[in-house]
Amino acid sequence: MPLNLTVSPDFAPDHISGWFYFNTYLQRKLGIPIHLELYDSFAKQREDIRNGKVDLIYANPYDASMLVREMGFKALTRPMQKTDETVIAVSAQSSVNSVEELQPGAILATTDDPDVHTMGMIMLEPADLDESNIQLKTLKNYVLVAKSLLKGEADVGFFLKQGYDELSTLIRSEMKVLVSSQIGVIHHVLLAGPAFAQYQEALTSALLTMSEDPKGRSVLQNMGLVGWEEMSEEDSEFMIDLIDTLID
Amino acid sequence: MSEEKNDNLREELIRYYDGAERVAKIVDEEVPYPDGKLIVSRTDVKGFITHVNQAFVDMSGYTREELIGANHNILRHPDMPAIAFKGLWDTVEKGEKWQGFVKNLRKDGTYYWVKATVIPNIRNGQLLGYTSVRRKPSRSKIRESEALYATLM
Repeated sequence: MPLNLTVSPDFAPDHISGWFYFNTYLQRKLGIPIHLELYDSFAKQREDIRNGKVDLIYANPYDASMLVREMGFKALTRPMQKTDETVIAVSAQSSVNSVEELQPGAILATTDDPDVHTMGMIMLEPADLDESNIQLKTLKNYVLVAKSLLKGEADVGFFLKQGYDELSTLIRSEMKVLVSSQIGVIHHVLLAGPAFAQYQEALTSALLTMSEDPKGRSVLQNMGLVGWEEMSEEDSEFMIDLIDTLID
Repeated sequence: MSEEKNDNLREELIRYYDGAERVAKIVDEEVPYPDGKLIVSRTDVKGFITHVNQAFVDMSGYTREELIGANHNILRHPDMPAIAFKGLWDTVEKGEKWQGFVKNLRKDGTYYWVKATVIPNIRNGQLLGYTSVRRKPSRSKIRESEALYATLM
């Protein structure tokens, strides 16, 4: 039976093919069958993780705690030069120019991306806003969050910074950024489950040398990555502790 | 605490619960919390700093070298009641998360307010130290905390 690989559902749609190339690349390097399963919802993916249907995952940092501390996954690598940052934006026409000017009752457009939503809510705290006094609109992706702001259907929106930067220049020109996080230590992580244990060493080695190999570089480019960095057990524990401080 | 006023600048003797004390320069001037940043540090089990991020260095006014190995109470402002820190230690020593609003003292005597969360770092069942993460508090929470702490001094 093939082992199962999955990817945090917040990957950019442009990079779907990159993850299929990555799966093919890994199967050739490791000489084992791997099945790639993609999800469009964090809830469904978490259900399958809990049911033991995932062996290797490029995980959202928010999910790393469950995977490492409850499911026995081990962090192998993190994407090079790629941290998860959150942008809070409003329509360019909005009279609001700082987070503190947002008022209770504001309509917030967000996604089910857990680390972006968590960071966004933390950055709303200086305005005394929380889920009890705002109206949440959870949308499928950042393009829909932007559209919601532009149409005046939401007062404020949360974006993954990379998602915001990848919006068209025209759409971005119709919005203004109130705050952009500068955390620097929260990032996605490639985690291997217990069934992958015997391949961990070979996998880590293949990943760390991927950017030196022309085929590997091309796959990375299609995934929107430049390479992988090794992640120690303590690195992942530190990130999990940090995220735990952000979850009430 | 003794107090010597000199316009905006004064010196105060801060006594820590372990008996240590130091004279600190105090300036009644707030430095705003930087938008979008988290201030992160880690300590060993006794509260000595083992890791700080750049935002911690920038806001504290100390160099990284001055901070590593120093007791975390280097940030303690005399307006913070000792009982607030007792509550913190009682909570984290039980292995639980602590959260509260804290007025921190900078090296230059000015101050900054944070919403702080401290959690114990447990590895293989062993307590190795603590991680503390601060974020920007609201003005209303700062006003509430100022009023509360004044009654606890």
